[in-house]
Amino acid sequence: MRRFFVKVLKKPFSGVLIALIIGFIVGAITLAVGGFNPATSYGLMFTGIFLNTRRVMQVLINAVPIIMTGLAVAFAGKTGLFNIGADGQFIIGQVAGAILGYYVPMPGILHPIFIMLCAFAIGGLYASFAAFLKTKFGIHEVISTIMLNWIAYYFMNFIINMKSVKVPGSQHSPEIRDTAKITFFSREFRTSEAGEALIAKHPWLDSIVRTDAGFAILIMIVVAILLWLILKYTRIGFELRAVGYNYYAAEFSAMPVKRNALLSMFVSGGVAALGGAMFVMTTPYYISMLGSTEGYGWDGIAVALIAGNNPIGCIFAGLLFSGLKFGGSEIQSRLGAPTEIINIMIGVLVLCIALVPALPRLAERLEGKE
Amino acid sequence: MQLLNTLLLTLSITLMYSSPLIFTALGGVITQRSGVDNIGLEGMMAFGACGGSIICYFTGSPWIGLLAGATFGAILALLHAFVAITAKGNQIISGIAINFIGAGVATFLTRFLFSGAAQSNSTINLGIPKLFELLGIDKSKSQLLQSAEIDITVIIAFMFAILIWFVLYKTKTGLRVRACGEHPGAADTLGINVSRIRYICTILSGVMAGLGGAVTSLAISYRYTPTVITGQGFIALAAVIFGNWKPIGATMACLLFGFAQALTVVLAGTSWLPSQILAMLPYALTLFMLVIFVSRSRPPKALGQPYFKGQA
Repeated sequence: MRRFFVKVLKKPFSGVLIALIIGFIVGAITLAVGGFNPATSYGLMFTGIFLNTRRVMQVLINAVPIIMTGLAVAFAGKTGLFNIGADGQFIIGQVAGAILGYYVPMPGILHPIFIMLCAFAIGGLYASFAAFLKTKFGIHEVISTIMLNWIAYYFMNFIINMKSVKVPGSQHSPEIRDTAKITFFSREFRTSEAGEALIAKHPWLDSIVRTDAGFAILIMIVVAILLWLILKYTRIGFELRAVGYNYYAAEFSAMPVKRNALLSMFVSGGVAALGGAMFVMTTPYYISMLGSTEGYGWDGIAVALIAGNNPIGCIFAGLLFSGLKFGGSEIQSRLGAPTEIINIMIGVLVLCIALVPALPRLAERLEGKE
Repeated sequence: MQLLNTLLLTLSITLMYSSPLIFTALGGVITQRSGVDNIGLEGMMAFGACGGSIICYFTGSPWIGLLAGATFGAILALLHAFVAITAKGNQIISGIAINFIGAGVATFLTRFLFSGAAQSNSTINLGIPKLFELLGIDKSKSQLLQSAEIDITVIIAFMFAILIWFVLYKTKTGLRVRACGEHPGAADTLGINVSRIRYICTILSGVMAGLGGAVTSLAISYRYTPTVITGQGFIALAAVIFGNWKPIGATMACLLFGFAQALTVVLAGTSWLPSQILAMLPYALTLFMLVIFVSRSRPPKALGQPYFKGQA
């Protein structure tokens, strides 16, 4: 029995698995303490998601922003940088999306591409400022990116509040042009006769036509695969990972560690900002004044941690997180069980991941006792 | 007269917004000086804000509320201490987890106790005593005195700042704490129990952050809502660094952050400077100061690193 435990504890993936199980157990206990049947609650969460394809699609759509920020954090994480600033970079991307989507007239296909490239570049520059402060002045990126989060947040509110931007009588910016929207089908089409006819003819299209499904999903998958390929198969990816493993060894091997840190943060911030821009172009079509940030960056950190900084893993971790959130709102509306249970579960999950470095030691201890 | 009134008002609002930050930042100073990083201050504040507000509502005493806030914070900090010190896990990740858990449990608890509502009932009639009231000064006739009125918690915050400065720099205990943060190996050889000191300091940081949260919910918002604590924990963290890991420095930094927030309140509606730009200033300033004073800004050497017994 003990030998089995030792073996399991030494496997890299078991840490996440154990964390998941503990997360669900603590969630169940919390629900039970709150007077809700855990089995019923989890059952409802599950059936709530898989009731129909439209709901599954919604989970996927909701997952895109947190997968993007997750990818951003994961990429930086692989290179030894902890990008806590994904939240701010995401916001910068949102601003870029809303402003360029409204003010720049452009033909159909070019418009979203232009916006996404700009968002990537602006977000990338914003994030690499933190890398610059680190390499030039030795200021830790955790600190600088927290500051940059706040600056981005107030910057967004400032932009929306400008007389020339704010829609009179509202708390948000004007809606972006139709050319900038990246959902597969427009909102008008969904309720139009042509839309009805299309669904009647091809029922399987229902979840695509009647939701905000769009190119963001495809782009997210492409980005994840690209990042994975870059890290795994390219020279620059190898160099970046080498810095993550051992900074001094990489520097000693004459790798340009400082330039690579800038590059890593540029890509990381770019991905987060791309997520922000795509978010605006997919659902709300504008940005609103916020009392606090929506926390997509923080969710992304949890996603990256659960995925062990693996880009492909981020997709699954993001889907898990998104599914849990969807299920959480389901049990809130059906059972009155607080949706915050999801935050507690995610928190416990992440806490267990903080404990992962302790697992091999625990295994060794068990071995020693044998 | 009008000008003086505005100045006094600005001062009292500054102090009001600063005091929760001061409590929390002092907690951050204590734990970081002992070598344990804690970016979970935000979650501990939220949990403390919830505990303070709820217990105050049910017991009718803001003082018990404050104590409850401190206790709630300490409970979360114990969790963090276990991960960081006993299990030697990753302190940053643990802090992020604490932020999720603190806010999650706080709102969960609130919904549980207040029939599904995400906010607790108001404790506005159970407010923390005001300074002039306690001193028996009649302020009903003077506009100026009304503007300058502050909560007694502001005074407590400053007292804590001085107390912690004294303990850290003028006592043997403080020396031990700092030794644990600079060179735990050396501290260990001198017979200092590194784990115990770090445990105590981490839990104290939870106590302080919980107090900070409770002060926010009891003296500023008069109830717990999920948006009562939005980023104050991180601001306090910035203040710790801005203040160069020193109690008095961190307190000054908190006053600066509080002042910026007070300006956004006082100057609201004037077109002198957009309030968002004003609100942005402290963060930009922190970055700026870090760049300028980077040679002077020095974190504790062993910050964030778990200590293995026998390690040099």
